Amino acid sequence: MEYDYYPGCTLKNKASHLDICARKAAEKLGAAMTEIPEWQCCGGVYPMAGNETAQKLPAVRALNEAKSRGRDLLCVCSACYHVLKSVNYDMANNATVITKANTYLENDPWYKGETRVLHYLEMLRDDIGFEKVKKCVEKPLTGKKIASYYGCLLLRPSKIMKFDNPENPSVMESLIKALGGEPVIDPFRNECCGGYVSAEDTELTEKKVRDIVESVKAHGGEMIVTACPLCMYNLKKYGDLPVKYFTELICEAFGIEVLEDD
Amino acid sequence: MTENEEKKLCAEALIISGVKPEKCMKCGKCSGACPSYDEMEYHPHQFVDMVSKGQIKKLMESASIYKCLSCFVCVERCPRNVMPANIIEAVRALQERPQGTDRLTPDEVKNILDDDTPQQLLMAAFRKYSR
Ligand code: SF4
Ligand code: SF4
Repeated sequence: MEYDYYPGCTLKNKASHLDICARKAAEKLGAAMTEIPEWQCCGGVYPMAGNETAQKLPAVRALNEAKSRGRDLLCVCSACYHVLKSVNYDMANNATVITKANTYLENDPWYKGETRVLHYLEMLRDDIGFEKVKKCVEKPLTGKKIASYYGCLLLRPSKIMKFDNPENPSVMESLIKALGGEPVIDPFRNECCGGYVSAEDTELTEKKVRDIVESVKAHGGEMIVTACPLCMYNLKKYGDLPVKYFTELICEAFGIEVLEDD
Repeated sequence: MTENEEKKLCAEALIISGVKPEKCMKCGKCSGACPSYDEMEYHPHQFVDMVSKGQIKKLMESASIYKCLSCFVCVERCPRNVMPANIIEAVRALQERPQGTDRLTPDEVKNILDDDTPQQLLMAAFRKYSR
């Protein structure tokens, strides 16, 4: 299995473990991730206002690059996934965005949303399968009570993301099971952590994080896993439970060593 | 702001958000599910209603536009596909558009930086707080 890979800025910097662990685990699973050349930052949030076509161009470039190589475009970061998938939806459905973006980028032929954008978790579930994941486990996470935290970006709006059931997702729980751990179902797993508002309203973010972390504890969770660097930041800053990226968890169970300053 | 100017801004908010307020049946599901409900003076369904009635000034001046987390819960729950979050975003964009109204300037970035601040937060904050 071969994928074009869009890492995004945060995975090249503060969330380097999310990236490194994803690559190492993919190697063991027999999936090849090729970083696409000269990708640009997705912008962190999807430009929701309809007049912001320029802000969508970096995503369109990446999508078109993957199309030209005939590959699916893989993301590991929740935010990049959300932005690329939302822009891809526009490029398939919004005539104004399709015309403006293709004209500006001088695409020939025009890009019209052909690329399949998929998240690493979808790759595990739909392409590789959790049975195969299970076979790669060398140090099962036996007895570990782990809560999945999905947040917003992977799930909503479900009409566009089509990632999982937005009210009752299961892909991360399936992963935890495959790794030998015990998934904890916490009702706040698809609630917002405060997101970018933590840049200016720490009180609001703190409240949101406290609700999430207290709920995880009340349900017996000892650790939280996430796919989003901003969720990770907020949960760690305002919460008091260990938080890991889902790819770190995979490497731990696969017996793949990752050094602290890798 | 004259009444006419206000009407013009409302029309613009509808265009850039793509929201068709006539689809709204005022069920309140969006506001009922909003995680920032308690923090807001005006709630998601009121944004839809007020913009359709030509009343955008109060919304632009309200702190409510900065309480929206863009979590898309209101979009997800709306049975009529109205997309309230998009109209809140449009009101915010119109508020920040004139020169010198940026909520976050490059000079202020250092105030939100710590050792762990992810690039994602900086990019998102710039996109949400300055135009
Ligand atoms: S997107 Fe904004 S308005 Fe809509 S539910 Fe989330 S916080 Fe509330
Ligand atoms: S959920 Fe939709 S239809 Fe109901 S009040 Fe909100 S915007 Fe209107």
